[in-house]
Amino acid sequence: MTLAKYIKVFDIGLQNTFVYRWNFLLRSVFGIVPLLGAVFLWKAIFHSKGEAINGYDYSSMIFYFMLTVFLENLITPTEDEWQIAGEIRDGRISSYLTKPMNYLGYRIVLFLSYRLLYITVVLVPIIVLAWVFRDHLRMPEHAITWLAFGTSTVMAAFLQFFIAYALAMIAFWVLEISTIVFILYSFEFFLSGHVFPLDVMPLWLSGFIHWSPFTYELFFPAQIFMERVQGAALLQGLAIQAGWLLLSWFCAITLWSRGVRKYQAVGG
Amino acid sequence: MNRFVIQPPSFVIFIVSRYLEIYWMMIRNSLIREMSFKANFLLWIVVEFLWFVGQVVFLEVIYGHVDNIAGWSKWECVLLIGTHQITSQIFQAFFYVNLAELPELVRTGRLDLNLLLPVDAQFAVSTRKFGMDNIVNALVGVAIVVFSLAKLHVVPSAMQIALYIVAVGFGVAIHYAVLFGLATAAFWIVRAQGLIYGYFNVFNIARFPESIFPYSIFKIVFSYFIPVIIVANVPAITLARSFQSPWAGLAQLVVATVFIVSLTRAFWHFALRRYSSASS
Repeated sequence: MTLAKYIKVFDIGLQNTFVYRWNFLLRSVFGIVPLLGAVFLWKAIFHSKGEAINGYDYSSMIFYFMLTVFLENLITPTEDEWQIAGEIRDGRISSYLTKPMNYLGYRIVLFLSYRLLYITVVLVPIIVLAWVFRDHLRMPEHAITWLAFGTSTVMAAFLQFFIAYALAMIAFWVLEISTIVFILYSFEFFLSGHVFPLDVMPLWLSGFIHWSPFTYELFFPAQIFMERVQGAALLQGLAIQAGWLLLSWFCAITLWSRGVRKYQAVGG
Repeated sequence: MNRFVIQPPSFVIFIVSRYLEIYWMMIRNSLIREMSFKANFLLWIVVEFLWFVGQVVFLEVIYGHVDNIAGWSKWECVLLIGTHQITSQIFQAFFYVNLAELPELVRTGRLDLNLLLPVDAQFAVSTRKFGMDNIVNALVGVAIVVFSLAKLHVVPSAMQIALYIVAVGFGVAIHYAVLFGLATAAFWIVRAQGLIYGYFNVFNIARFPESIFPYSIFKIVFSYFIPVIIVANVPAITLARSFQSPWAGLAQLVVATVFIVSLTRAFWHFALRRYSSASS
């Protein structure tokens, strides 16, 4: 019975998101421009360097960017934090409080339905890109890599989601959260491996990269798929990722219960 | 009756001064509005500053491995990023919020109000709000450009500085036209956040030296039709790379600006003709 309820939410999520399909397609098509920009930039960098940079050559760099583009489209929440914050601010959240449903569970189901529809829509441009860069793509050699990659990707998705959710909870206390969201975005943008693979950074930063939560939002699963992290280091990475996942989940539920206690149903 | 007929020259002055007066009032209103949310105002400055720092860190990382990228040294690249910062922040100060809200005006039908105003409709939708925080960030860009010039040991001539300022002005016009064109597409696509997002994606490549792009369809499209590659590169070359003749680039910048500004204005008129409001 409980499951049926959430399956219905998933269905509604799919239907509501379907109006965004052009939006999704446009996003991914425009997203190709910075990707090609990065490809040209790294081509020029490798041209003047003449050798590999920290184990990356031109081919593996392109492969890295293809992977992050795929992962971002698959797991990064796009509208969730704005929608949740909006529902809190406008008092629409009151109607969910009266429903026999967990709000976090409800949002997770919606998140999953968004991501499913999103990746379905943008799969076409991604496949086209993968074909264009087919010579640079390398499938993992070991079967176990697929399992580790799958686990890490799921954890990365929920880590990103819980961070977004916890941020949105700030709307219980602060009216306008966009500045706070964008401050976090700017850290995520540079420290999750979106702009460059984190291990081309100077060595003295490697400790920070190893422990930073942002690393495990995007960079780490990509590293697993490229088989640049294996064995004990892989297990340790997965453990750190699980730790951050638990912590972000804890923040999300704590902020929610505190927020609801303070909530006054403005406009409700 | 005759009294009210205004002669052509004074008519033009009348129009210009009226638009300036309206514009000044809008800027004043925006400032008053912004100053009532001081914390938010300061936080936006922090946000933009962080993005900017991130870009400089990125360059720092890359130039830890190489000493030039397609012939551009580190400080030339920093100057390029600073120039991009000045251009994009001036654009954002004057136009960004207004254009980003255009899809929502179309969706809700509130656009009607703007169309009824006794001023040009494009002017009305482009100039309602003004972002003071962006001006602060543009000044950060100026400081970075001056600092890079010092690091490069380049002292530009008065002529170079004048051309740089003119080129930045054309760059602002290109930013404006690209986002205006994208926002106008909202007349057809209702949920248009993806279009606004497209603006940031397309201008992502404006921060790279033009010489990294090999001669290709990609380069032609983004240098002539959607001229984002030349927006920051032409002023930066004019100011800091005096061994490179700026004139061809400047001519290209002027032609491309006129092209895209007129094209998007025509597109806007075309969109307005088939607009049939959303409300009632």
